[in-house]
Amino acid sequence: MVHQYKLNGYNIVLDTVSGSVHAVDEVAYDIIEMYKSESKERIVEIILDRYADSPDVTREDILDCLEDIAALEEAGKLFTVDKYEALARDYKNNSKVVKALCLHVAHTCNLNCSYCFASQGKYHGDRALMSLEVGKRALDFLVENSGTRRNLEVDFFGGEPSLNFDVVKALVEYAREIEGKHGKNFRFTYTTNGMVLTDEMIDFVNREMHNVVLSLDGRKEINDHFRRDYSGKGSYDTIVPNFKRLVEKRGGKGYYVRGTFTHNNVDFTNDLFHMADLGFTELSMEPVVSPPGDPYALTEEDLPKLFEQYEILAKEMIKRKREGRPFTFYHYMLDLKHGPCIYKRITGCGSGTEYMAVTPWGELFPCHQFVGDPRYSLGNVFDGIKNTEVQDEFRTCNSYSRPECRDCWANLYCSGGCAANAYHATGSIGGVYEYGCKLFKKRIECAVMMQVAEAVDDE
Amino acid sequence: MKRIKTIETKDIAKTVENGGCGECQTSCQSACKTSCGVANQQCENSKK
Repeated sequence: MVHQYKLNGYNIVLDTVSGSVHAVDEVAYDIIEMYKSESKERIVEIILDRYADSPDVTREDILDCLEDIAALEEAGKLFTVDKYEALARDYKNNSKVVKALCLHVAHTCNLNCSYCFASQGKYHGDRALMSLEVGKRALDFLVENSGTRRNLEVDFFGGEPSLNFDVVKALVEYAREIEGKHGKNFRFTYTTNGMVLTDEMIDFVNREMHNVVLSLDGRKEINDHFRRDYSGKGSYDTIVPNFKRLVEKRGGKGYYVRGTFTHNNVDFTNDLFHMADLGFTELSMEPVVSPPGDPYALTEEDLPKLFEQYEILAKEMIKRKREGRPFTFYHYMLDLKHGPCIYKRITGCGSGTEYMAVTPWGELFPCHQFVGDPRYSLGNVFDGIKNTEVQDEFRTCNSYSRPECRDCWANLYCSGGCAANAYHATGSIGGVYEYGCKLFKKRIECAVMMQVAEAVDDE
Repeated sequence: MKRIKTIETKDIAKTVENGGCGECQTSCQSACKTSCGVANQQCENSKK
């Protein structure tokens, strides 16, 4: 599928099936737009008429451009035919391995954020800490079900995992003991609100964790609006120094300072710029997950403002990079030369199949966003997957499983989207969360534009 | 090409044959946790 758009002075043409990106001028942009619907002669007529005031646009020149387009089509870089649908179905059906777990080591939290999708870490259930026994069994379950996959991922999640840090340390130690024996490589992620990070914890996290996700919503007044402790005190003044120490001592290893924006801070780029000005360079900011009608839920009226914000962000990132003070934004990190293969693009996050969440009691759910919903309990780490009906439902989710996705230019960038978002928005994991799609597409357009800007600037 | 500049990209169609090792990061293990974006995931084998 071809997707054309204009942004920040660039005319961009995506051939989504091959992943090709073309920066074109106005004339080529118009020709490509009508290439499949009009005859060559008609295209020449239309373009000559449209650009009558431009002496460089001649009949010969238009014919040259048509030849270039034909050559790109022949080379599989434009109007490439999509043959991936059967591949998507078969690959996911045949893949039976588990390679990533989100370990809920603490269903409790030392913050009381009213917007938390996990209801202050309790996931609408009881407070609990994962025992070492359950945690070890979860790691064994992962190894046993990982087939030939070498890289296994475990995210220490909550609630706040720091409230069960002894178990986190013991589980890392256990994983290091068993990984060599089984030819595996554990990669850990630690997601924390930063409230109780001591130097000892920071050193451990920096040594053992492949990735760290540090929760901060941006400006002090924005962060402290939701991210407060049980006495009502904002967390900003505690966590920012802790995060700064962690990042300073991290030695260049991966991390993200990650925030959530809501209806209250539609101007979320100011929060990202604030994070960057604090010295953090690896940033992420996500739209809030909330039921419609919540006072902080994003609205239709917010949408044009959010689109504008994503554009502001992209332009500012280009500017800061040119000034030698770059920062990254998770959703703009496209690597067009070394990005994922088609199998990754059509199968997506793997929730419910190769990725699952484990509760403190060892119960398995398709991902952290389904935890606590009994309809989506898959089984447990002791007895394995029992609810194969639900798992099969997740196995059918791919970039072509929803009719809306088949006709969408972005389906190889999002893989059909987040099953949890679809479920919360429509009541079915096979639905489409249209609001999220609109934001996602805008982000991809901005991300590709940044790549085009860099490539054009390099010339 | 006078009017078209093609940016260097990985040819996704070619990865049908040699992709699918499955060793790359699960997208929710990075930073989002609330959306599904795979395009920004790194390939574990850049030759593919």
